[in-house]
Amino acid sequence: MAKITKREVEHVARLARLELSDEEKETFTKHLNNILTYVEKLNELDTKDVKPTSHVLQIQNIFKEDEIRESLPRERALSNAPDRTEGFYRVPKIIE
Amino acid sequence: MKKTGSSDKGLHTLTIHHASELLKSREISSRELIESIFSRIDKTEKKIKAYVTITSDEAMKASEEADRILHDSRFTVHDSRLLLGIPLAIKDNICIDGIRTACSSWILENFIPPYESTVTKCLKDAGYILLGKTNMDEFAMGSSTENSAFGPTKNPWDLDRIPGGSSGGSAAAVASDECIAALGSDTGGSIRQPAACCGVVGLKPTYGRVSRYGLVAFASSLDQIGPITKDVEDSAILMNIIGGHDPMDSTSADIKLPDFRKALGKDIKGLRIGIPEEYFIEGMDPEVEKTIRQAIKVIEGLGAETKKISLPHTGYAIATYYILATSEASSNLARYDGVKYGFRTEKNNDLLDMYMKTRSQGFGNEVKRRIMLGTYALSSGYYEAYYRKAQQVRTLIKKDFEDAFKGIDVIVTPTSPTPAFRIGEKVEDPLQMYLSDIFTISINLAGVPAISIPCGFTSNNLPIGLQLIGKHFDEETILRVAYAYEQSTEWHKRKPKI
Repeated sequence: MAKITKREVEHVARLARLELSDEEKETFTKHLNNILTYVEKLNELDTKDVKPTSHVLQIQNIFKEDEIRESLPRERALSNAPDRTEGFYRVPKIIE
Repeated sequence: MKKTGSSDKGLHTLTIHHASELLKSREISSRELIESIFSRIDKTEKKIKAYVTITSDEAMKASEEADRILHDSRFTVHDSRLLLGIPLAIKDNICIDGIRTACSSWILENFIPPYESTVTKCLKDAGYILLGKTNMDEFAMGSSTENSAFGPTKNPWDLDRIPGGSSGGSAAAVASDECIAALGSDTGGSIRQPAACCGVVGLKPTYGRVSRYGLVAFASSLDQIGPITKDVEDSAILMNIIGGHDPMDSTSADIKLPDFRKALGKDIKGLRIGIPEEYFIEGMDPEVEKTIRQAIKVIEGLGAETKKISLPHTGYAIATYYILATSEASSNLARYDGVKYGFRTEKNNDLLDMYMKTRSQGFGNEVKRRIMLGTYALSSGYYEAYYRKAQQVRTLIKKDFEDAFKGIDVIVTPTSPTPAFRIGEKVEDPLQMYLSDIFTISINLAGVPAISIPCGFTSNNLPIGLQLIGKHFDEETILRVAYAYEQSTEWHKRKPKI
C-alpha cells in the first residue's frame, strides 16, 4: 500500500517551499514510498515506555551574561545579500 | 635557505608530524612544501577533482610568512604553533572568513562567509596554511560525493569509483597527497566511510568534543567535525588543536581536553575489545569480512582480549537516522530563502513565489528529497508516528552502546560493508545508497567517537577500513588501539598510482 500519494507530495512540497516539476513529483512519490516502507520496521519495536532522545549529551539550556559585545558590522552582514537598499535586505513587495 | 621548487623530493607525501620536524630543523622550507603540493595538484587534480576552491596565491604568500617566522625563531617554534607552514584542505561546509563556502550547492554558490569557524580559527592559531576547500555531497547529504553541484570527485585508487562521502573531496585529497591532511564533517559516516574508501585515517569525535560554530548545519544533533589524515598520529595532533569547549557552540561540551598524543605508543595488553555480531551480516563483501577478521587477529596478537558482544538495535539505525537527520535538515535548510545570502531566482511574482523558485532552482535532487522526507515526518498527523518514534528508537540504540561498554573498552567493526562502489551505481536508488552507511550511522545516533583506519585491500586493490568505536569522550583509547594496530602493519604506507 502506498504510504504517500502524489497529492500528499504536492502538499509537503508546499510546506517545504519547494516547487516540483511533474517528473519530480512522480519520482519523489516513488522514492518516498520506498523509504517510508523501509522505515515501517521501527514499528516492530515496542517503545511505549521509552523516553525520546533529542540530544545525546545531558546538557540543559546554556545561558550567557546579558552584556554588550561586538557584533557583525552592518556592511559585512549585508555583503552577501542578493538584493539590498539603504542598509536593508530588499525582497519582493509583501503589502499592497 | 634551501632552494625552492623541489617537488621531486616528494614532500607532498609527508605527514603533519614529519613535515613539522623537518620544518623546525629547517631541512625544508614551508615554501618548498607548498610548491611540492601544488606541483602534485597540477599532476593529479584533473583526474581526482578533490577541490572546489584552491587558494594558491594566498597559500604561497602564507608560506613565505611562515618561513620568516621559522627562520626568526631560531629553532624554537613553540609547540602551540605545531602547524606552522603546514598546508591543509578544509571541507566546503566549514566557514572561512573571506573564502567562498558553497557546501557544493548552487544555493550557496556565491556565499562568502563574513566570519570564521572555530575549528579553522584554531588551525590558524596553530599556524596552518589553507590550500583550498574540498568537494562534498551537497550539504553533506550523500555517501559518494556524486551529489555535488560541481561534479563528482574520483577515488584515487580507481578513477571509475566513488571516493565515499560526504567528505569525499577531503579523503581523496589526503589519499592522493594533494594536501598534508584535511578536515571533514560526519553526520552519519561522512568522515569514516570516505576515509575507508580512500585508504586513509578518519576520526569522528564524540558529539560535543569539537565546536560546530561555523559548520553549515545539516542535522545539528548528529554533526561533528573531525580530521582526515595519513596516519593516526596526525589524527591525534589535529584533535589536540580543534577539540575543546567553545562558548560559541552551546552544544560543545565543557570537558577537559586530554593530550591525545600521549595516548599513542601505550601497549594494548589486556584491553577488552568487543566484536558485535550484528556487524557481520549477510550481503557483506566476503573480502571485507575476511580482512576485518584478520585485523581482529592482529589486535589479539597485540595482547588485547576480544569477545563477542551484541548491539541488538543495529538493524533499526538506518530507519531511525533517515527520519531524524532529514527532520533536522528540513528545519535547518529553511534558512535558504534567497533573502540574506546565497542564490535568488531572477524572475518571481511575489515573495512566496520567490522562495519556491529560489529553493527549487538552488537545491539539488538529494537535498530536495531529504527536505521532503523531513517535512513529511514533522508534519501534522505524522510527527508521533515518525519523528517521535525515531527519537525513542534512538534511545534504545544509545543504550545498546552504554550496555556494551560496561564490559569492554573498544568496539571493532568494518567501517563499510563493501569497498568503494562504481560511480553511478547507486544514484537511481536512494535507499541502496543509504544502506551503505549501515555500520557508521549508529555511532552518530549514540554520539560516541569512532575512527576508521586502513586495514587491507581487496584483490582489485581497493582499500578496506577498520572502525574502532569508543566510549563517550574516550577518543584516547580508540587512538591508542588504532596506533598500535597501525604501527604493526604497513597498510597506511601504500599509495595509489594515479
